[in-house]
Amino acid sequence: MEKKNFTVSVYTENNIGLLSRIAAIFLKRHINIESITASKSEVNGVMRFIIVVNVTEEKVIKIVGQIEKQIEVIKAFYHTDEELIYQETALYKIRSADFVEDLNIQDFIKETNARIVTVTPKFFVIEKTGKRQETENLYEKLKPYGLMQFVRSGTIAVSKNEMQISEILEKFNTNTVS
Amino acid sequence: MEVKTANFEKKTIHSTTTVSGAEAVIKCLLEEGIDTIYGYPGGAIMPVYDELYKYQDKLHHVLTRHEQGATHAAQGYARVTGKVGVAIATSGPGATNLITGIADAQIDSTPLICITGQVGSHLLGSDAFQEIDIVGISTPITKWNYQITKASEIPEVFAKAFYIARSGRPGPVLIDITKDAQFASMDFSYKKCSGIRSYTPFPEVNLLAVQRAAEAMNQAKKPLIVFGQGVILGEAEALFKQVVEKSGIPAAWTILGLSALETKHPLNVGMVGMHGNYGPNMLTNECDVLIAIGMRFDDRVTGNLEQYAKQATVIHFEIDPAEINKNVKADIPVLGNVKETLQLLLEFLKPNEHTAWHQEFKDYYAKEYDKVIKHELNASEGELKMAEVIDEINTCFKGDAIIVSDVGQHQMVACRYAKFNSSRSNVTSGGLGTMGFALPAALGAKMGCPDREVVAIIGDGGYQMTIQELGTIFQTKSAVKIVLLNNGFLGMVRQWQQMFFERRYASTELVNPDFITIAKGYHIKTNQVTERSQLKDAVRDMFEANEPYFLEVKVEKEENVFPMIPTGAAVSEIRLE
Repeated sequence: MEKKNFTVSVYTENNIGLLSRIAAIFLKRHINIESITASKSEVNGVMRFIIVVNVTEEKVIKIVGQIEKQIEVIKAFYHTDEELIYQETALYKIRSADFVEDLNIQDFIKETNARIVTVTPKFFVIEKTGKRQETENLYEKLKPYGLMQFVRSGTIAVSKNEMQISEILEKFNTNTVS
Repeated sequence: MEVKTANFEKKTIHSTTTVSGAEAVIKCLLEEGIDTIYGYPGGAIMPVYDELYKYQDKLHHVLTRHEQGATHAAQGYARVTGKVGVAIATSGPGATNLITGIADAQIDSTPLICITGQVGSHLLGSDAFQEIDIVGISTPITKWNYQITKASEIPEVFAKAFYIARSGRPGPVLIDITKDAQFASMDFSYKKCSGIRSYTPFPEVNLLAVQRAAEAMNQAKKPLIVFGQGVILGEAEALFKQVVEKSGIPAAWTILGLSALETKHPLNVGMVGMHGNYGPNMLTNECDVLIAIGMRFDDRVTGNLEQYAKQATVIHFEIDPAEINKNVKADIPVLGNVKETLQLLLEFLKPNEHTAWHQEFKDYYAKEYDKVIKHELNASEGELKMAEVIDEINTCFKGDAIIVSDVGQHQMVACRYAKFNSSRSNVTSGGLGTMGFALPAALGAKMGCPDREVVAIIGDGGYQMTIQELGTIFQTKSAVKIVLLNNGFLGMVRQWQQMFFERRYASTELVNPDFITIAKGYHIKTNQVTERSQLKDAVRDMFEANEPYFLEVKVEKEENVFPMIPTGAAVSEIRLE
C-alpha cells in the first residue's frame, strides 16, 4: 500500500497533557508528524487537533484507533486531501529596501494574492494563505532577495463531510439523563 | 449496551466534611471499597501516610520492600479478585520504580490505581529534590493519568480514575498529587463516576455481526476457538463454556486466557503460541473458521503473520475497537463485552460435535506426548525436569491452587502442565514478560484470596529481581508457597543461545547464593530437593504447611522447552525437538 498524506482530525477535551498523549502514539510507531495544530473547535470547550502524516492508509486507520482509545479523545477521523478544504499560512519578512527597490517583489505579491501585514522603515511582513505549493512558490520567489525570516503554520482543515461531534456529545447527555 | 447512568444526574445531597487532601485520598479509597493497598513511603507522600496511620483499622497498608513490588502485588491482588489493585509511592525514584508494574498492567489489561506524591506545586518545574515528571513518563503506559495540584480536585479525580481503571478494557491509572494539595483542606463529598462523555467502555453490539459469526460457526467443518483474558475480564467464563459445549468447537487458550476453561474439559485443547501445544498450533493453519474471543493476536501467539490462518474465516470477539485488524484481519469483527456478545451468540448456535475434527487434536496430542510430554513427566533417571515438579504440584493441590509464574522457561512449563479447576487461577506476566513479577504478585494474590492456596513458580533469575519481597511475605505472614526451579541459568535466553547463537552462553550462567539461607534469614520455612526421590514428600510437606514456605528444586541445567515456534516461523512450523 502506498504512502500518502492523511490529515487526522482529533476532537478532545481541553486537558493538560493530551498533546503529549497523542504525540506518544506516533512516537511509539516511529511515525514522523508532518504538521500539527491545536485550537478550539466549533463545539464549546472541545479542542481540535489537526495532524498531517505521510503513511499508508492501513497505518492511519490503526493510528486513529489508538488515538480514539484515549480517554479524553471524543472522536478522531482521518481524511485524504480530496475530502478536505485545507490551508496553511506563511509569513515572510523582507527588508524594506529590497521591497521598495525591486518592483518584482511587488508583482509577486499581486500575482499570488499575498497580503502585506506590516510596514516599517526596516522591514515588511507579507502573509500568504493557501495550499503548501502556493506558499512554497512565493518562498522560492522571495528567497533570492534574502528573506530575513520565514515561517509556515501547520495545515488547518475542515472536512467536506460532517463530523457530528455535537451529536456524539448530545447522545452522551441523553443517555446519562435518561 | 450498558446504559451509562447518572453522571451529573439528580444532585443528591452529599454531606460534606472538611478534611485535608491527604485524608480525602484515604476516604476516596474507602468509598471505592478498597481495603488493602501496597506501597512505600517517602517525603512527598508523607501527609497521606500520616492519614494511613489514623485509618489503619480500615485500610491495610502493606509495606513492600521496593515500589516495583507494590505494583506487582497490587496486580496479583487484582488478577485473582477482579477488583482494582492500588499501589502508592513517593515522588521521584518512588514514582519511577512503579513504571515496570504500570507497563505490565497496561499490556495485560489489569485494573490498577497508582498514587504518587509530588513536590509542592510552587516547585513544579524547578528540578526540586525528588521531582520527576511522572505524568509525562507514565503517559504512554497508562489508560489515564492526572496530576492533582488542588485538594478540591481529589474526589472527582479518584472517582474518575477508579471508573476508568475497572470499566471496559481495564488498565492502569496514575494519579500524581502535589504535597501542598495533600496538606490543603477541602470540603469532602464523594460521588462515584458512572460515565465520561469522551469515553465509551463498551462498544455498541451489532446484532448482525453476532448472527454472521454464528452462521459461520454453524457452517464450519473445522472450527477452532482461541480464547484470551477477555473471557475472564468480562466475567463470561460460564457463558463461554456453554458456547464451547453447544458448538462442540475445540477451544485453545492464550497464556492469559489460561484457567478460564478448566484444564480437564474435553474441549480444552491446550495452549497456542510459541511454546504452546502441537495440535492447536498446527491446526490453526488448517481450521476453516478461527474464532478469537477476548484475545489480541500477540506475536507470540501468531508467529509469522503472513502465514497465520490464511485459509480461515476469522471471527474476532473483542471489546477494544483498536484491536480489530491490528495484527490479523478479522472477516467478522464482533465488538462488545463478551458477556453480552456470547450470550447473543449462544442463541444462534446450532449444537454440533465435530468428532472427526476433534480427533485430529487428539492425534497431534499423541505425537506431542510421545516426543515431549512423556519424557518430561516420566523420566526415571538424570536430573529433575521442571514438568515433574509441576506435575507433583498438580497431584497435591489437585488443580485448586492459584499458580503464579514468573517469566522464562519455568513459566512456559508451568502454563503447559499446571492444571486448573477454576478461573482467575493463573497469574503471570504475559505481554510484558516481566521477570521478578511472581514473588510480589503471589503475595498480592494470597492477600486477595486468603482462603486459596497460592503457589509461586519462579526461576533462579527472576527470583533475584524481587527477592527482597521475602521480607514482605515474612512480615505479613502470607502463606505463599514459593517453588524455586533452580537450573543455574537464565534458561530461556540460554535456550535461544543454544538454538540460534551457536551455544555462545553470554552472561546466562548464574552464580547463585545459598537460597535456603536467604529464606531462613527471613524466618521462612524451607526445604530443598536435589534428588527425584525427595520430590513427592517435599511437595506434600509444602502443601500441608500453613505458613510461608520456600521450596528449592534443583532441576536439569540445560533443559529446553518444546514444542517451539522459532521467531519468524509459521505456527505450523512448530518444532517438537
